[in-house]
Amino acid sequence: MGRVLPVLGSRRALHVVERNAMFYRNQWLMFASGFVEPLFYLLSIGIGLNHLVGTLDVGGRPVTYATFVAPGMLATSAMNGAIIDSVFNPFFRLKISHAYDSMLTTPLDVGDIALGEALWALARTGLYAVSFVGCMFALGDASSPLALLEIPGALATSFAFASLGLAACTYLRSWQDFDLITLFSLPLFLFSATFFPLSLYPRLLATLVWFSPLYQSATLLRGLNVGHLDPWMIPRLAYLCALGIIGLAIAARRFRRLLSP
Amino acid sequence: MTTLDASDDVVRARGVTKRFGDFDAVRGIDFTIRRGESFGFLGPNGAGKTSTMRMVSAVSTPTSGSLDIFGLDPASRGSEIRGRLGVVPQEDTFDLDLSLRLNLEMFGRYFDLPRRVIKERTGELLEFAHLSDRAEDKVDNLSGGMKRRLTIARALMNRPELLILDEPTTGLDPQARHLLWERLYRLKREGVTLIITTHYMDEAEQLCDRLVVMDHGRIVAEGAPADLITTHASREVLELRLGAEDHAALAPRLADLAERIEVLADRVLLYVDSADDTLASVHRAGWRPERALQRRSSLEDVFLRLTGRTLDE
Repeated sequence: MGRVLPVLGSRRALHVVERNAMFYRNQWLMFASGFVEPLFYLLSIGIGLNHLVGTLDVGGRPVTYATFVAPGMLATSAMNGAIIDSVFNPFFRLKISHAYDSMLTTPLDVGDIALGEALWALARTGLYAVSFVGCMFALGDASSPLALLEIPGALATSFAFASLGLAACTYLRSWQDFDLITLFSLPLFLFSATFFPLSLYPRLLATLVWFSPLYQSATLLRGLNVGHLDPWMIPRLAYLCALGIIGLAIAARRFRRLLSP
Repeated sequence: MTTLDASDDVVRARGVTKRFGDFDAVRGIDFTIRRGESFGFLGPNGAGKTSTMRMVSAVSTPTSGSLDIFGLDPASRGSEIRGRLGVVPQEDTFDLDLSLRLNLEMFGRYFDLPRRVIKERTGELLEFAHLSDRAEDKVDNLSGGMKRRLTIARALMNRPELLILDEPTTGLDPQARHLLWERLYRLKREGVTLIITTHYMDEAEQLCDRLVVMDHGRIVAEGAPADLITTHASREVLELRLGAEDHAALAPRLADLAERIEVLADRVLLYVDSADDTLASVHRAGWRPERALQRRSSLEDVFLRLTGRTLDE
C-alpha cells in the first residue's frame, strides 16, 4: 500500500488501528453497545411502522415496509458510526490532547495517522454491519443470499463518511463546532430517501437528494437486500469510494498542515 | 539500518531556513553535530530554537538549505530517521485515553518493536522515571514533574542514537532538574548524542560540550561554553545597583572603570578582570552603591553581549 498510495499512508497505519483497539479493550461495554444498536433501529421503526404502511416497490417487487426501511437504517448506522469515529475521537487527539504530535516523533507519518483512523472506523462499522445484517436475516427483513453483499456496501459507506469526517474534523475549532456536523448529518438522515422512496419527493429536491452519499448507499443496499442487481449499482458504489479517496486525500493534507507545518 | 557514513557527523545543516507564511522563524543557519557529543541551542523565546528542533527531529522540513540527519535526507527518509531518534518536545503530550503503561507500550509498537522487547523496556523505563507504582494510572493524574519524566522515558523506548530535548527541565523543581541531569550524563556516557535547547545558563554550562547561541532566527556564536565566555566576556563581573536614579544617565561616568559596561533597567554590569579591585575604585571615586555583587562571567553575559538582551526578556 505504501507504494501505491504514498500520500495516503503506509502499512504503519495499522498501528493506529491497534492503538484504538487497545483503547476499546478496556471499554468493551461501549464497544458492545454498537451490536445492540441495529435491534433498536429495526424494532422501533421497522416493526412500528410495518403495520401502518402497506407494501412498497423495490426493483419491481412488492416488499413490506420493514424490508424496505432496514437497508436504509443500515446505511444510516454506517454513516453515524463512521462520523463518530472520524470526527469526535480524532478531534480530541488532534486539538485537545495533542496525542498525534507525540505519535509523529515515531516512524509514523501524517498520512499513516489519517489512513489508520479511517481504517479503524471501517473495521468497527464493518463489525457492526455484520451484526446488523445478521439481525435482518433473523427478523425476516432480508432473505436473498445477495443481502450478504450489504456488508461490503456498508463498508464503502463508512469509508466515504469516515474520510469526509476526518477532513471535516481538521476544520473544527472547538466542541461547539460539532453542531455543524449535526447540521450536516441530520438533514442527510432525514432527506436521503431512507424512510420512503425518492419518487415521493418533489422533483427539485429529488435532484438534490441524488447527490447525497447516504441516498446512494441506501439505494444500493436496498437493491442488494431483495437480491435485485442492476447496473446502476456500479456508479453508486464508485461514488462512495471516490468520496472516500478524495476525503482521505484532503484529510492527509490538512493533517500535514496542522501537525507538521 | 545503520548507514555507512564516512564521517562521524550526526546532523549537518547548511543554510537552513524555515518560513511560516511571511514570518522567518529560522534565517539560514549552519551547524554540525558529531556523534557522542552533547550540543546545545541557547536563546530567548522566539529565537528559532523550537523550529530548528522540529526540523532536526524530521517532523517539519526546511523551507530552504540542506539538512542531513545520520547522512539521510529527512524530506524523503523521515520515517527511517525518526526510528533512530528520541524526541522530548517542549510540551508533554500523551495519549490521555491510555494508562502510563499503555502509553509506553503503544509507543514501542509505533517503532515496530517486538512485543517481548516492549514489555521488558516498559518495565525498565517506568523504573527509570520513578513511576513504577503509577503504571496503571491515567496520565492526566500525574504532576508536571512526573509527566516530564514520563516524556523522557518514552523518548528512550527505541534506544535512540540521538536524543533531542527541547527545554527539558522547564517547570521542574531544582531536585528534579539535578536528577534529570544525572540521567542525561548517564546516557551520554553510553554514547548517545544529545541535542538540548534551554534558556537556563547553568544547564547549558553543565550539560553541553558545545553550543550555539541563537537570536532572531540566526546563530550569533558557536563554541564550548568556557571558550564562549573567554571570547565574549571578561573574567569577572561587578553588578551595581545605584539606587532610584536613572542608571543610563550615570553610565558614562562609570565607563572608565571597566573594559565594558552594560546598563540594565535596575542595575549596571561592569566587565572587568578583577571585580574586587574595581569595587575599590568605585568606592574611591565616591560612589555609594546600594548593592554590589561580584561574580565570574557566565553564558548570560555572553548572551547579553551578543544580542543586547538578557535571556528572560
